[in-house]
Amino acid sequence: MNVPAAVFFGLGVVFNIMGNLGVLIFPDAYTRLQASSTCSTTSVISFFIGCMFLVGWGPMFGRLLAITLFFFITSPISAHIIARFAWQNGMVAWRKSYVSMRGRERSDG
Amino acid sequence: MLYWVIRFMVVSIVVSMVRVVIGPTVADRMIGLNLVAAQTLALLVLISVSMERTIYLDVALVYDIFGFVGILVMTRYFSGRKGEL
Repeated sequence: MNVPAAVFFGLGVVFNIMGNLGVLIFPDAYTRLQASSTCSTTSVISFFIGCMFLVGWGPMFGRLLAITLFFFITSPISAHIIARFAWQNGMVAWRKSYVSMRGRERSDG
Repeated sequence: MLYWVIRFMVVSIVVSMVRVVIGPTVADRMIGLNLVAAQTLALLVLISVSMERTIYLDVALVYDIFGFVGILVMTRYFSGRKGEL
């Protein structure tokens, strides 16, 4: 029983539940994208750090470190790519009421 | 401990596939696919650590690279198509 590994696995499970709930119940693509990106980054990196505590120093530690660094770079980049795709194709962000913004135009993009 | 985390990740991937199925727009489905790819990467790493095979971590690294390239290719393919978003 490894205590830091158990702590990081518990953190990853909690973040994962929160991210899945956010992706299921949020009303818009941008808010869902925020929940998805936060969930994937924090939960998956918590699992990786727990695995690092579990395997100790060795060849598996180096490969886990390489995977963690690559995922830490590419996960926000892919979230940014999806948000840019949704913005450039004219998706309107969610407001509380759609009636109040009917006469307004988006100024940029 | 590790086997329960693996079972939880399998259930979580199935729950994330709901957004891919019912998403009203293309961007929602892409968000769901991004989440499923990240959780599958974590599942591969957890299986590799539980079996104590070093060679499976290389498979996880290649899956990570292909997930990123897949999202990039999908945005390239769907951008500029009117009436589908």
